[in-house]
Amino acid sequence: MNNNIVYALYDDDDILLNSVKKMKEKNLNVKEVYTPFPVHGLDKVLELKETRMAITAFIYGCVGLIFGSVLIYYIMISGEYKSWPMNIGGKPNFTFFKNLPSFVPVLFELTVMFAGHLMALTYFYRCKLFPGSQETSPDPRTTDDKFLVEIEHENFKEVEKFLKTTGAIEIKKKDDK
Amino acid sequence: MHKESRIRDPLIDGNKTFHDITVEVAYPVEGKANKYWWILFGLSVILMLWGFGCIAYTIGTGIGVWGLNKTVNWAWDITNFVWWIGIGHAGTLISAVLLLFRQKWRMAINRSAEAMTIFGVIQAGLFPLIHMGRPWLAYWVFPIPNQYGSLWVNFNSPLLWDVFAISTYLTVSTVFWYIGLIPDFAMIRDRVNEKINPLKKKLYSLLSFGWSGRAKHWQRFEEVSLVLAGLATPLVFSVHSIVSMDFATSVIPGWHTTIFPPYFVLGALFSGFAMVETLLIIVRKVVSMEAYITIKHIEYMNVIILFTGSMVGIAYITELFMAWYSGVEFEQYAFLNRATGPYWWAYASMMTCNVVIPQLYWIYKIRTNIIATFILSIFVNIGMWFERFVIIVTSLHRDFLPSSWTMFSPTFVDIGIFLGTIGFFFVLFLMYARTFPVVAQAEMKTILKSSGSEFKKIENE
Repeated sequence: MNNNIVYALYDDDDILLNSVKKMKEKNLNVKEVYTPFPVHGLDKVLELKETRMAITAFIYGCVGLIFGSVLIYYIMISGEYKSWPMNIGGKPNFTFFKNLPSFVPVLFELTVMFAGHLMALTYFYRCKLFPGSQETSPDPRTTDDKFLVEIEHENFKEVEKFLKTTGAIEIKKKDDK
Repeated sequence: MHKESRIRDPLIDGNKTFHDITVEVAYPVEGKANKYWWILFGLSVILMLWGFGCIAYTIGTGIGVWGLNKTVNWAWDITNFVWWIGIGHAGTLISAVLLLFRQKWRMAINRSAEAMTIFGVIQAGLFPLIHMGRPWLAYWVFPIPNQYGSLWVNFNSPLLWDVFAISTYLTVSTVFWYIGLIPDFAMIRDRVNEKINPLKKKLYSLLSFGWSGRAKHWQRFEEVSLVLAGLATPLVFSVHSIVSMDFATSVIPGWHTTIFPPYFVLGALFSGFAMVETLLIIVRKVVSMEAYITIKHIEYMNVIILFTGSMVGIAYITELFMAWYSGVEFEQYAFLNRATGPYWWAYASMMTCNVVIPQLYWIYKIRTNIIATFILSIFVNIGMWFERFVIIVTSLHRDFLPSSWTMFSPTFVDIGIFLGTIGFFFVLFLMYARTFPVVAQAEMKTILKSSGSEFKKIENE
């Protein structure tokens, strides 16, 4: 099946975007696009689903808030000191609610810490990014100034002819490296 | 799609292509360090080692080797702590707040500013650690289950809030910075020839986490950056607010004021931008980034310094007014003593460096002059150090009981540790400038067509 992959290389983001649009109109199977920087509008053209990273951050933030509340409730209100709340500087802790103002800073920080770190980990996990990963794009120039489109095709000649009209500067099959 | 109003000045000078950006950002990493780099690095290492020696002496002998006494029980160390934390704030403002405001000029400077944040917070963190006297017990500041009774940390204490604020700030900033770095490390990885330099290839492969630039990854990258910016924005304001509460929640005249959180946050941004300028004016020259960090960028930062400096000035005057208006004689004396007491020279330096001198930025010629900016940024750095010194030492040295009034003077150990952190900071920053892409090149490429000077010229015709 690898024989059916063709790479088209572009050197401009606007040309790339237009070409991908045309490919989609021609119902070509665009497998992947590698770009050196985020090309705005590309995700729409490729019909990628909206990412849910922000939603995960919200959930993780809620987890952090709950974790912080439970932690502080256990340490300052209940826990070992159930019948004897800590009395520090003449300011005893009787109820969580009454002491809430002085707990807010830590609750806030824990919310941010959980949301930030866990979202980052989710991002690494979902993109399979980790130290030691050997993955690179098919052409090293795509981190510099070139844009590469990976297309699955049935008839190479036909696709090549079409890609030339879209402004691709290089077209090659996956094999001939 | 790459349109931008013609009245906006270009942010990238010269006739650049995407490839030029790659080459110029990778240049300092691929080339050899020049003489100036080695001289600066050597000096910084010497300072750093001197500082480490002083730290070892402090830990070995005890806090008694510092200039602290019974009345002034917090002085040089906390001054440095607040100073370094404050410096860190500009980095997060540039990378997070300006991202939310869609300010394109942030892209050229955010990488270095954020590096400065992380290195600055590392220096800040050293001070409470050393001041503990027994730094190997530092983990006691965290709420860890233990066998002492059980003994817990106190969640009502601003010092504990600080622990949470600073550890969150340091780690979240680092993650934010690193996520942005991954595509740029990948760029360097793909430029290194494996046959000539296999170790370098391996190192940058490790650092780039196998980034390949897929469309879906970029989509997630942008969303993650935006959300992290949204999280970092309230975080950065919370951190210095909490630092200010170390003082504001106490009952010491001169500290016990509600103006402290906004006053400290603005002061932090003020000093942070000054440090960003001090560093970037050197960096843009040493690693030839003049085309990306332009006079326009420096002018924008100077405008922020002018604004925050004026706000800090208002805060100083408000403090004086509130001291008089409160009718509390201790409060009134604290401020009278600050301005006219034995530490009047510190107060005068603070007022001159922070309030008077930045007003020069109203003059267009000064705020677009690199040498003037560099000198003024040093003044602001010094002024902001004095601000913390004034707040801390003058409030403590003459307290409620005149019989215990005294003076504070630093010992060579105090000064040595401070100089050591400056050395350590520059060691980290100089190493960073030679191994990391100092400009966020992937982001710069997205604005090349809208803000590059050649592209703008074509657009305007």
